[in-house]
Amino acid sequence: MEILSLLGDGMLLALQPLNLMLIIVGVTIGLFIGAMPGLGSVNGVAILLPITFLVPPSGAIIFLAAIYYGAMYGGAISSITLGIPGASTAVATTFDGRPLARQGRASLALVTAAVASFIGGTVANVFFTAFAPLLASVALSFGPPEIFALMLLAFATFVGLGGDDIPKTVFSICFGLVLGAIGFDQISGAPRLVLFDINGFLQGIGFLVLAIGVYGIGEMLWTIEQSRGEVESETPRMTVKGMAADASESMRRGWKGTAIGSVLGFFVGILPAAGATPASLMSYGVAKMLSRNPKDYGRGTPDGVAAPEAANNSASTGSMLPMLTLGIPGSPTTAILLGGMVIWGLVPGPMLFVNETEFVWGLIGSFYISNVAAVLINLAFIPVFIWMLRMPFTILAPMIFVLSIAGGYAATRDMFDIWLIVIFGLGAFVLRRFDYPLAPAVLAIVLGPIAEPTLRQSLLLSSGDPSIFFTRPVAGPITVVALILIFLPALKLLRRGKRA
Amino acid sequence: MSFTKRGVLKAACAALVVFAPLPAVAQDWEPRRPIDFTIMAGPGGGADQIARFIQSVAERYDMTNRPLVPTNRGGGSGAESLIHVSSVSDPDHTILVTLNSFFTTPLRQENLGIDIQTFTPVAMMGVDPFVLWVHVDSGITSLDQWIETVQGMNGDYVMGGTGTGQEDSIVIAYMSDAFDIEVNYIPYDGGGAVARDLAGQQIMATVNNPAEAKGFYEAGQFVPLVAFSDERLPAYPDVPTMRELGHDFSYYNQRAVVGAPGMSDEAAAYYQALFTQIYDSEEWQAYLESESLSPLWMDADQQRAYWATQVETHRALLAALGE
Repeated sequence: MEILSLLGDGMLLALQPLNLMLIIVGVTIGLFIGAMPGLGSVNGVAILLPITFLVPPSGAIIFLAAIYYGAMYGGAISSITLGIPGASTAVATTFDGRPLARQGRASLALVTAAVASFIGGTVANVFFTAFAPLLASVALSFGPPEIFALMLLAFATFVGLGGDDIPKTVFSICFGLVLGAIGFDQISGAPRLVLFDINGFLQGIGFLVLAIGVYGIGEMLWTIEQSRGEVESETPRMTVKGMAADASESMRRGWKGTAIGSVLGFFVGILPAAGATPASLMSYGVAKMLSRNPKDYGRGTPDGVAAPEAANNSASTGSMLPMLTLGIPGSPTTAILLGGMVIWGLVPGPMLFVNETEFVWGLIGSFYISNVAAVLINLAFIPVFIWMLRMPFTILAPMIFVLSIAGGYAATRDMFDIWLIVIFGLGAFVLRRFDYPLAPAVLAIVLGPIAEPTLRQSLLLSSGDPSIFFTRPVAGPITVVALILIFLPALKLLRRGKRA
Repeated sequence: MSFTKRGVLKAACAALVVFAPLPAVAQDWEPRRPIDFTIMAGPGGGADQIARFIQSVAERYDMTNRPLVPTNRGGGSGAESLIHVSSVSDPDHTILVTLNSFFTTPLRQENLGIDIQTFTPVAMMGVDPFVLWVHVDSGITSLDQWIETVQGMNGDYVMGGTGTGQEDSIVIAYMSDAFDIEVNYIPYDGGGAVARDLAGQQIMATVNNPAEAKGFYEAGQFVPLVAFSDERLPAYPDVPTMRELGHDFSYYNQRAVVGAPGMSDEAAAYYQALFTQIYDSEEWQAYLESESLSPLWMDADQQRAYWATQVETHRALLAALGE
């Protein structure tokens, strides 16, 4: 009961006129920053940090958290309407969001994204409120072997999907892993795979660069080829009644994805080093694996939009947890929040919940309020985004191209990355013509750089003995499940081979 | 649709607040774009904390007319950031937060072709000491007890750090030699991750900066055994130094800001003035004290001379490490 009264106080603090205004302004700004390709919550929070010194610390962090929240909602918008991931956290949203939009169901996709985000955020808030200190110790019990086991499970969900061509999926994963290995080796510090001795490769290939290339440029080329110059006219119209119908359809066809994303997203989010991007990709994979119709994924199913969107909101709340309780940022955005907290005179760490009750609960209370504000503001803007889609594709295509290039440059400010985006775009188009699935490559480039060092750290811990993945109480079961999922389709393949 | 209109208005107001021109300090040269504030290490570690703190101080007092944009480029023991900063097209808007890998990484990877004397000195914000930490559940409270435990485990004692050749590994190598001990050393991508895994008892001991371990120390989870500083740290008055225990060894991490090679003199002067202002701020002075950093202020020429001596010192230390 103490928690409820603390939470009540926190919500009252968040509802004070100044704080409420900060939430509404923050969420709105976040929504637009998130919707701009290349600009994610990191940029938003970094750019707006200065204004937070005008208000007291609790108001400041509430404002930044509201931007963070808004950006998580906003990322889905360009993923769905343009097929360019608005932020790295929304890449998985393009997998099904874009196909839905092409079928003239953009409004369903956008409403699903908003509703799933809201539910994901709410579930995460409840977990956070009830179990924060306990979960901090769960996060700590995840050492390198546990994190590697989890990554293995994530890969397994992508390999073990019935329906897709398995050899092609494996090829796609390996291709992503190789791209992810470019740059410096974390363990030895030595440079690897510096192709043609170009210095740009030393910094590794940014995930967003690959995603914008594959989904922005690649998707645009694909659409051009599919429509063969014919003008596609999508004429979705938005009415309040239509939106209500979409909302109920999104719940009916997306509840499963929402549920998986909400829970899984939170737990991946609280692990240090993970964050919202791996959370959304993993939730997509798990939702597809557990689905009765996995073939619908990638062709436009509300579940496929709901899972990553619920997960990225849930994970962004989750990643606040290691930041507040351990003083260790779970994502780039929380690293900036952490810097802000230090200057506001707050020491993040195990003592924060004890020493700064009002601040902590004010922040948690604001999560709830921000979430409500974000879903309402997002729903209110959906007709505007839909209206954009009514432009003929001949106008939209150059816009997508420009936004992809500008977005890629904004993220890293390096010309080299722009060439990569173009090359990836062309490569993706070619691979897609030959029916190679691209999502696994995208997953691999995100998870590979987490999986590889944790694998090597684990083996160093055990002096090279791989049984470390099976004997530890948390890592063991996860590894076993992952291996079963990986080898299940191989067995099926073998059996089919015998019969033929 | 009034709700939507109101939303748009609010966004517009907010945009006005954000993009309103900021009052600028009178100066010959001023940044014309956001400043690339590269951090030579991963998120959560000492260098990262300092960079974020500096950014916050600069923002709080509106010291820059364009924002400092921190980016972690810790790959390859900081080689990633050295390459990045050396190859930027706009050196006037690129500065780097360094640690001792500024000296060691170019020595260990000569093929990178980095000559640190081409970089531009900006400010030496202080030097950060190292402390040996164990988890409270280990029951170890003194260095002697620790040495005995490590010796008893025949190389199975697990320590985490930021990588072979990095600052903490130099300290660990010194101890291994001085106390005749052997540890299993696991590399991580930053001091923050190292401290976290000590808190979770994935590893048994660390050599972390006080700033990285402080939160866990205050929560009663970490026990400091020995400090590698010249004198006892005021914040940890009961922790003996290596020197007191009869070993002539101390080791600090530099917390310095440097400019990209090829930075114009005007821009260098701007950043030197900016960081002097930050250094003198009440916040930075309080940070030095609370995080146990020692001041070591130097002008640009002294910094260059310091770099030269540090390169030689580290050449010797790395040679002793067998690197």
